[in-house]
Amino acid sequence: MSSNRLSSGGRLQRSQPIRFSFNGKTYGAFAGDTLASGLLANGVAVVGRSFKLRRPRGIVGAGAEEPNAIVQVGRGAAAIPNLRATQVELYDGLVARSSKGWPSVNFDIGAVNGAVSRVLAAGFYYKTFMWPQRLWHYYERGIRASAGFGTVPDGPDPNYYVHRNAHCDILVAGGGPAGLMAALVAARSGARVILADEQCEFGGSLLASRELVGDVAAPYWVGEVVAELSRMENVTLLKRSTVFGYYDHNFVAIAERCTDHLAPGESGGPRERLWRVRARQVILAQGAIERPLVFCNNDRPGVMTASAVSTYINRYAVCPGDSAVVFTNNDSAYQAALDLNRAGARVVVIDSRAEGAAALGAAAREAGIPILQGHVVCNVSGRRNVTGVRVALWNGDISERVHPGINIDCDLVAMSGGWSPAVHLHSQSGGSNHWNADKQCFVPGDAVQAASVAGAAAGDFTSRACLQGGHDAAAAALAACGMAAKAVAVPEVDDVDEHALQPLWRVPAAKDPDRCPKQFVDFQNDTSVADIRLAVREGYRNVEHVKRYTALGFGTDQGKLGNINGMAVLAECLGEDIPAVGTTTFRPAYTPVTFGLGAGENTGELLDPLRKTAIHACHELAGAPMEVVGQWHRPWFFPQPGEDLHAAVERECLAVRNRVGMMDASTLGKIDARGPDVVAFLERIYTHDIGKMQVGRCAYGIMLGEDGMLMDDGVMARIGEQQFYLTTTTGGAAHVLAWLESWLQTEWPELEVYLTSLTDQYSTIAVAGPKSREVLQSLDCTVDLDRESFAFMSVREAELAGMPVQLFRVSFSGELAFEVNVDSRYAADMWRAIAAAGEPFGMTPYGTEAMHVLRAEKGFVIVGQDTDGSVTPLDLRMNWLLSKQKDFLGKRSLARPDCLRPDRKQLVGLLSVDGRTVIPEGTQLVDDPEAPVPVPMCGHVTSSYYSACLQQPIALALVAAGRQRHDERIYAALADGSAVAVTITSPVFYDAEGERQHV
Amino acid sequence: MKKYSALSLVRNALGHNRHWQPAWRKPAPKQEYDVVVVGGGGHGLATAYYLAKEHGIRNVAVLEKGWVGGGNTGRNTTIVRSNYLWTEASLLYEKSMQLWEGLSQELNYNVMFSQRGVYNLGHNLQDMRDIERRVSANRLNGIDAEVVGPAEISKAIPLLDTSASARYPVLGASLQRRAGVARHDAVAWGFARAADALGVDIIEQCEVTGIRRNGGRVVGVETTRGNVVANKVAVVVAGHASVLAEMAGMRLPIESHPLQAFVSEPLKPALDTVVMSGAVHGYISQSDKGELVIGAGIDAYNGYGQRGSFQTIEHTMEAIVALFPSFSRVRMLRQWGGIVDVCPDACPIISKTPVDGLYFNCGWGTGGFKATPGSGWAFAHTIARDQPHELNAPFSLQRFVSGALIDEHGAAAVAH
Amino acid sequence: MLLIKCPWCGERAETEFSYGGEAGIKRPLEPDKLTDEEWADYLFNRSNPKGAHHELWNHAGGCRRWFEAERDTVTYRIAVTREL
Repeated sequence: MSSNRLSSGGRLQRSQPIRFSFNGKTYGAFAGDTLASGLLANGVAVVGRSFKLRRPRGIVGAGAEEPNAIVQVGRGAAAIPNLRATQVELYDGLVARSSKGWPSVNFDIGAVNGAVSRVLAAGFYYKTFMWPQRLWHYYERGIRASAGFGTVPDGPDPNYYVHRNAHCDILVAGGGPAGLMAALVAARSGARVILADEQCEFGGSLLASRELVGDVAAPYWVGEVVAELSRMENVTLLKRSTVFGYYDHNFVAIAERCTDHLAPGESGGPRERLWRVRARQVILAQGAIERPLVFCNNDRPGVMTASAVSTYINRYAVCPGDSAVVFTNNDSAYQAALDLNRAGARVVVIDSRAEGAAALGAAAREAGIPILQGHVVCNVSGRRNVTGVRVALWNGDISERVHPGINIDCDLVAMSGGWSPAVHLHSQSGGSNHWNADKQCFVPGDAVQAASVAGAAAGDFTSRACLQGGHDAAAAALAACGMAAKAVAVPEVDDVDEHALQPLWRVPAAKDPDRCPKQFVDFQNDTSVADIRLAVREGYRNVEHVKRYTALGFGTDQGKLGNINGMAVLAECLGEDIPAVGTTTFRPAYTPVTFGLGAGENTGELLDPLRKTAIHACHELAGAPMEVVGQWHRPWFFPQPGEDLHAAVERECLAVRNRVGMMDASTLGKIDARGPDVVAFLERIYTHDIGKMQVGRCAYGIMLGEDGMLMDDGVMARIGEQQFYLTTTTGGAAHVLAWLESWLQTEWPELEVYLTSLTDQYSTIAVAGPKSREVLQSLDCTVDLDRESFAFMSVREAELAGMPVQLFRVSFSGELAFEVNVDSRYAADMWRAIAAAGEPFGMTPYGTEAMHVLRAEKGFVIVGQDTDGSVTPLDLRMNWLLSKQKDFLGKRSLARPDCLRPDRKQLVGLLSVDGRTVIPEGTQLVDDPEAPVPVPMCGHVTSSYYSACLQQPIALALVAAGRQRHDERIYAALADGSAVAVTITSPVFYDAEGERQHV
Repeated sequence: MKKYSALSLVRNALGHNRHWQPAWRKPAPKQEYDVVVVGGGGHGLATAYYLAKEHGIRNVAVLEKGWVGGGNTGRNTTIVRSNYLWTEASLLYEKSMQLWEGLSQELNYNVMFSQRGVYNLGHNLQDMRDIERRVSANRLNGIDAEVVGPAEISKAIPLLDTSASARYPVLGASLQRRAGVARHDAVAWGFARAADALGVDIIEQCEVTGIRRNGGRVVGVETTRGNVVANKVAVVVAGHASVLAEMAGMRLPIESHPLQAFVSEPLKPALDTVVMSGAVHGYISQSDKGELVIGAGIDAYNGYGQRGSFQTIEHTMEAIVALFPSFSRVRMLRQWGGIVDVCPDACPIISKTPVDGLYFNCGWGTGGFKATPGSGWAFAHTIARDQPHELNAPFSLQRFVSGALIDEHGAAAVAH
Repeated sequence: MLLIKCPWCGERAETEFSYGGEAGIKRPLEPDKLTDEEWADYLFNRSNPKGAHHELWNHAGGCRRWFEAERDTVTYRIAVTREL
């Protein structure tokens, strides 16, 4: 194994040698290396396999555009799948492996696909695997097993992620020459600046440049600027931070990678930080991406982009080959030839242009580099590494075949097909792109949001133009922010003369494009020129169809290398210009973003707020299991030792019916409504008549949506002439308040009413059962609780156990009962006081389950359980609640023909004929269980319990025309296919006259 | 239509794939058709196909303003299921399911319908009541459905957090084994190819700009490629239904909203089924390519922008990481949005309209893809006979007047 | 994430607001005089335009006031927000 490491140069810390492991072998490198540069330094050629044909693949690029070197880094739960080796910073002890290739990347069984690659052309899977139908499942299993790259970590993420909101005047995306210059101008002018760059250090192309900026070496200039910016308080510098999403209204999302470059355990803190930035102005300066050239076998390991070769030599002190061919259609690649030459490699330049390059061409000639002008590389030999190229004379006519005349041995091909500005974020922001015929690339059009594009991202490819562009963009952004730009001199950089690029989207081969060896456009997905031609032949002519049919651009690199070449090949097939083919829309993310980052800290137990009542600790102490009700945790039942749910609930229910029980009803929504027009307002909201209600009285009330369906219910109490206290269901609290507000503000602004939520401020303890009055009396209650002076459905201000309370005489169990509303700060004390006072009377705390049973025995519905948004009050026999005197929300809807149909589903009770079976809630009801499928259903069970008090199961149900069907027998169709006979009854099973609550 | 098969692949490969025929023609619009279908998505193409196949109406044009399958057909998360609560909905979706089950063969185009099962998770007692109710109804309607417990769920979906300590623990799920996913693009292309073979003209880059009427009757459409005469015009344009309705002087009970989705980078098999959670607001499957395909929620505001807000994506990632803690380090590759047209009752409209000869098929909300063949089948019947099939009779515009809404909110509070 | 200018509180992130749909739908004063068709039109039919949309927003995580916005449903640009 050769070493490609140069003895000097680069931006490495040679004093810090490190070891890393790749595919089980250990290698040496230096701090400052990426995994890619480390592998190249050690002469590792094959780093991955392609998706479909499993061809051996090597490193092509040096950054986010890399399509081949997809690796899994780390182990176990801390593993990171699908990283690009070009973006993995090495640390000592790093463990990585190729994501594809079985049993190994060097010998992959799947490579047999390559032998039948013509059968596996674009879209082949749409044309086969169809017979027999049942076997698709097995075909698919094989396809799935061979697909995919990385492996999901084998446990919950050991790291955490955070979000940070930020505002700035100017956000600069990209820290190359344009971005640094823009940030410098903006910062010196006093703007709040955020500069984000995806790499581990700022500088972009300048880090690998041998130019002089001003009178200093480019990397030195970078260092000075970064030092100045880092001293300024108005500047936030974010390195290792990718601006990945540009959303509406200048909302920009940045992924900052905080710890991936450190060895596990070396750092605390979050793994990544999501910056959610709202910027007044955005300057997009993300540079440009060099395009590959499309020739036969251009995917062989050892074929790289020219700029990547330069980057590895200049920045990482790695010369990826000893003997190189530089193949280009433009001048910029000559820099790679010069860099290779300087690094000691043999190098030949193949330039498709008859006239060759300008200034850099002269420099190359001067350095003694042989140049073949008007020639192309038409094929590559070698399988696991390039061994040579076939070169042919070319007259510039793409329609003609060429005749390879020259073989050149080499172990490296550095190719350049020109540059494509990184217009991704501009496109995400809503901007369009235009074809620039001179530069043969798409350049950004006018900004749609408060943004501009500068530098290579705008098609200005020289360092000089980038610096100027960054300067000008900052000046314009400052002006847009109403800030004055300080005069900052743009440093001089020598411009070099260049000859025009020659469009060369597909290199002619010795055979026509359908028969020649594969010319890859998209490396990762194995999309070739022939595939695109096939798609067009089959009528998939729109660029979106071509992309979807051939998978062009659907790899993890998202077509950063291949898309433009692919569109150009398509344009050629269609006989159209490239801009006529159109661009495709770029969508976030610019580079992939971890789910954990998006979730931030809002996951696990922080996924959703967990609400506990002020009495929660008492319930925990009592060992009550909790029922989840929306965000709330409510005590479900209070088991005694040895009791299960059923035993506990039976005991709790009987205690309430025979003695006294208490429950925490604090989760009920509570709203204070007051104001001169409160009566008029509530008349329109509630269905019953409110005007005549006396102060101190309570009423049960329901609210309908405008569609006439029951929306919420609760007790409403008149506290004063112009003040009401309203309760809502637990789940409906927030919605009802918002809904009331919306009517007040948008429809009836003339009504003066004020609504205040009291849900959290007050806690509610229900004390229910024949002994409840005695319990409260024993707590020094300051009001008379007897039947006459405190009638059923009344409210009083009082003191209880020395604490101020609002006392309601209401009942959800049908028993004599009170609800104690108390300031939440005293609620736990009050709970304990009532429990202690109740002890001599047999006080029994009960949970939501017993509450449900008790109310079902009385036929009281629970909105959301016994109703589902398609139930009217008429269906629930609540006609008595519907005022005939007034209009109220939803009233008109009740008069629609389908709301008056006699066969609507109506609330009924059900008793199991066998007297034993508790029907599962949700079970559908049928008239004839033997009917053929589809079996007509006449309703379903909404609530179902065993009633200890009645010593039989009871259920509530919605049954078609149920009100007319009392005493009829129907059937509950159980999940196991059996049917249980039930009898339709009144929904009120207990104390039908309602006497017990009035005592 | 030249038949696709393994043999045809080999034969063509020997000819360097130079003899494949276009999947569908690229005809210019004729002056007159018996039926004009507006919208070349899956539903529109299926409508045209079934018009030709089931009703012998072959003088049909499908007018598509962009490229076929470029709307919601190409933007959804490809889930196919029929385990709806209400009988009206479940019978329609079950018809669709039955068509899915033979669709690759019927169209001679592999739509990769993969019956890998769909789990709808229940996280609290009310969820479980709703699941019981829905499963019970499904079984009576002849739709396969079962209630499964945490142990079975954990076995089938090992990476799902089924621990009791989860913020919303998994108490159980409904499972429809026949449900699954399909390859969305292939559905549009397969229907296009099969409809074309029956004589249907599929005309892309042809935007309808007006609906011509004469005394309460439709007489044709105006398009960017000229006027087309037709006595029957069938509009099936998903997000843009209101825009087309306005051309005919109507308003619809519909609002268009952005609906977002995203995929991860391709991964080795990690999830062998489809998982949906209403309480935690997420749904997820893994494609044959290895990408996790994840549906996000609907953005609250009206929007035709095919994009939504980032916090919607964040919320979905929260949900996915909560359900699958080990997916935290997996990365989102690409996000996108579609435009869904939502009815007040979360059920579609497949209906005649007050204008004679004008038919609308819209309002599918988040549930359209799975209905593609069934929707086309029922819509074709409605157009051909000028009256709805009993399967889609409940989905008329009239229900909003009479009050016979089919409220699926109860069963599917979140997206499908 | 949209940036919405509450007429009372100023510019705030979309996450502080809840959306209220089409603005200007007046509740009929005498619903019982309407035909079922007219009532259904009020109840369900919406203009749902592609382009300028008058809509209601509520600063739910702030002052809780409802206000009207004119927003383009394609570009999502908000031309103006105003008090009701």
